[in-house]
Amino acid sequence: MDFILQPWPWYVGGPLIALSLFLYFYFGKNFGASTNFETLCTMAGAGKVSDYFKKDWKERDFALLFVVGLIIGGFISAMYLIPNKNIDLNPKTVQELTDLGFSNVANQYFPDEIFSKEVVLSLKGFLILILSGVLIGFGTRYAGGCTSGHAITGLSSLQLPSLLAVIGFFIGGIIAAWFIIPVLF
Amino acid sequence: MKNIKFLILGVFFAIVLSKTQAISWYRFYEMFRFQSFHMFGIIGGAVVISAIIMQLFKSGKIKDINGNKIVPKPKKKGFISTILGGTLFGLGWGISGACAAPIFVILGFKPLPALILLIGALLGAFLYGVVSKKLPN
Repeated sequence: MDFILQPWPWYVGGPLIALSLFLYFYFGKNFGASTNFETLCTMAGAGKVSDYFKKDWKERDFALLFVVGLIIGGFISAMYLIPNKNIDLNPKTVQELTDLGFSNVANQYFPDEIFSKEVVLSLKGFLILILSGVLIGFGTRYAGGCTSGHAITGLSSLQLPSLLAVIGFFIGGIIAAWFIIPVLF
Repeated sequence: MKNIKFLILGVFFAIVLSKTQAISWYRFYEMFRFQSFHMFGIIGGAVVISAIIMQLFKSGKIKDINGNKIVPKPKKKGFISTILGGTLFGLGWGISGACAAPIFVILGFKPLPALILLIGALLGAFLYGVVSKKLPN
């Protein structure tokens, strides 16, 4: 029981993610998450605007069930499996974020400065989230995959495009963490 | 419902991402600042073990549930599209701390901000679909 309630170290996470990938392929499908954005657009009727979305979403109903599972799993985790939301961050990270004006750093999973209701409902906070979402949706489709599809599946099957995509992921992430976050906050 | 296993797998994957803190904004910030090994360990570990699994798939030692050979789909090859698309995704990832699967997991933690992220992601995917033919590859 103690293990279930404690945070899991990285050397538990890596193998369990690999197990998820294994099961996904064993069940006969390719592991990835971002194609669902496209599928959801198709279901919402995007095919009326662009032929790009004229696809049969029923072929991807397994992936939509996976998504439903992700939401349920997130809810179960939030409610029952993470009694203590402390994060064992590098003290330097805590100091840097505190200097930027972040409060309560490392005592929660998501910073109030981005995720609290007040911030989300302010114009700046709303724009930060919606534009980040647009970048995530547009970028993953343009690159042909996300962290699951490119970084885990693509790299492990030794595909060159995935290496390029992951380099891109890190260029973007580093620009965000070093240059954009300090300007936004 | 033969696909119900994917729902269970989704629950499992979400719990793994949650318990290892791989959905936490702070963990990604820390990773992109190179101040912790945690996320590199998770992703690197997953890739190394998956690479071994992929070899077993490739050699035909492990077949799928229907007895078919497992072949990962080849990724599309454009240089500009993967680097530029990857960088745009990385920007969104670095600012919001969310990637594609975690957006759905975060819906279980922080429904309102995750919903805004998801609507943004759907708009982004829609926008891509509309302009995809005009973009450089």
